[in-house]
Amino acid sequence: MIAMPHTAVNPDLLLNPYWAEITKIKTEADGTGTLWLRFEDADVRENYRFAPGQFNMLYLPGYGEAAISISTDPADSNGLVGHTIRFVGNVTKAISHLKVGDMIGLRGPFGTAWPMEEIEGRDVIIASGGIGLAPLRPAIYHIIHNREKYGKVLLIYGARTPKDLLYPNEYEAWRAAGIDVQITVDRADETWDGQVGVVPMLFYRFRINAQKSAVLTCGPEIMIRFVIYEGLARRIPAERIYVSLERNMKCGQGSCGHCQVGPYFICKDGPVFRFDALEKYFNVEEY
Amino acid sequence: MLNKMLNVNSSVTLPKSEFDTLLASLRELGYQTVGPRVRDESIVYAEVEKLDDLPRGYTSEQGPASFRLVSGGHNRYFDAIPGAQSWKQFLFPPHTNLFSAEKIERWTIKSHQETSPRYALIGVRGCELAAIEIQDRAFLRADFRDPVYRARRERLFILAVNCLHPAGTCFCASMETGPKVRGGYDLCVTELDDIFLVEIGSELGRDALSRCQYEPASGFVQSAAEKGLERATGEMGRTLLLDDLPSLLTDNLELEHWDEVAKRCLSCANCTQVCPTCFCWDAVDHTDLLARNTRRERIWDSCFNPQYSYVFGGTTRPNIKSRYRQWLTHKLGAWKEQFDTYGCTGCGRCITWCPAGIDLTEEIVSLREEPQV
Repeated sequence: MIAMPHTAVNPDLLLNPYWAEITKIKTEADGTGTLWLRFEDADVRENYRFAPGQFNMLYLPGYGEAAISISTDPADSNGLVGHTIRFVGNVTKAISHLKVGDMIGLRGPFGTAWPMEEIEGRDVIIASGGIGLAPLRPAIYHIIHNREKYGKVLLIYGARTPKDLLYPNEYEAWRAAGIDVQITVDRADETWDGQVGVVPMLFYRFRINAQKSAVLTCGPEIMIRFVIYEGLARRIPAERIYVSLERNMKCGQGSCGHCQVGPYFICKDGPVFRFDALEKYFNVEEY
Repeated sequence: MLNKMLNVNSSVTLPKSEFDTLLASLRELGYQTVGPRVRDESIVYAEVEKLDDLPRGYTSEQGPASFRLVSGGHNRYFDAIPGAQSWKQFLFPPHTNLFSAEKIERWTIKSHQETSPRYALIGVRGCELAAIEIQDRAFLRADFRDPVYRARRERLFILAVNCLHPAGTCFCASMETGPKVRGGYDLCVTELDDIFLVEIGSELGRDALSRCQYEPASGFVQSAAEKGLERATGEMGRTLLLDDLPSLLTDNLELEHWDEVAKRCLSCANCTQVCPTCFCWDAVDHTDLLARNTRRERIWDSCFNPQYSYVFGGTTRPNIKSRYRQWLTHKLGAWKEQFDTYGCTGCGRCITWCPAGIDLTEEIVSLREEPQV
């Protein structure tokens, strides 16, 4: 198969995947795990590149494809691409039964990336909830590798319960790298002595320099909505609020039509959008 | 030979009996000739080998949720405005095998690479040719060229037909796609009572004509065709005012009228299946019981299907209101921003084949009448 440079997308064979082997599986939380994949084809393995925020279509024969964000470090891939998956849908539940050594089909990467260069020099507020931290983790790694290029960096992350928090073992390393990591849960249990409450609520606790700040947000749509309200209320302009959206996707190439929101195909014009481009459609119910 | 004198863009007259020679030439050139045929009291697009396969003497009477084929009163072949099918099925087939996967120890894939059929489309109306050009923009983008569509499109021969007797649901004049065909064809026919006036649109078209007995087109014939087209423009069953589109739609996503349409719409998806420009698709796997062999297929989909917008946790558009709104605001709204054209050609199929008789031209009028926010 002929690959486009840096991608695992065959322009001549619609939806034909590239095979990859599962080299490692890590349980992250209840019903959520990370799969590291290694392309079978050496050329693709060598050349495949992605940017923080992009996603792949993972294919399991007999079940179909699912759009999954890449959650590992773009600068330190070792020929492996990691995906953190919530095993909740048809395809992802079937993926949860796979073992190390099993094969999975992959096409990608697709979509727009977090604006890592545009926001250099700014304070960065990363607000995410639940599985929404997965597509932001490559951005966090990028910031850590280039820490001097960014101002204050604040990560606000929330999950339903302490058991649902992703990557808990990494928070200390992120703090050590100069990121203010604030974790909250909706419902505490007996192990939890941290903050309780929803993600947007944590905005009140920080002095935010609106002129200098950019927001990156991904998570449940209701959380995103309130993160945007909080950002705009603090006079962070819509042009500096970046949102990653989720929609039904079948192709990743702006062709199948499923992911449309107004004039956009989320899979190619997104998933990462500058909020001013979305503003008109974002609050329309069921649009 | 006379054909040496023919130029692209010139016109000739062809006796009707010579049309069989033209079809035979196309078949000898390797084309599968497909055109309108009468089947099950409607018009379908299927293989045609000779002029008599076409619906001679038929006319179709169309209205909201109504299609009637009537015969008699004339002997023309291209008068019946087509039925539910469009040419879309030949370029963007409703089912396409993409690949098979087999697991022995590991999964291996066998790509399905078809030798694309070479179709000669016989009798493509202005609205229909416009629809093909609209789908070109969706499937042949700079950043994504659909390989299935592309292979079929590149091998296509188009014999267009100027439309002289529009139906009750037609509004191509409003959409500026007809009744006169606006280019993009190999040959274009205007059917008069005794002869065909044929305009040559390409060298391929000229070659296909070369074995036919034709004569230069007289001014009389040409003006008869022009008059017919003028009359047809005046006979459009419907009109659609484009003035305030697409903003009428894209700026009014929360009008009460969307609720009102939803009371009538059955969300059956007929409108999207008959639409010659709708391009949405899905991919499905067909698997054996041991889950060791699977065949992946691309099929047509519709924004009216509830699962179309499904993501874990629910569907983005659970209500008919939001699905109808998506369809109409895409067709006559967002489409313009995406592809610099409307997603509608005025062919009227969505009106004719809607079981509830919903008429988008009337819905636009109603939306316009509602006080806007």
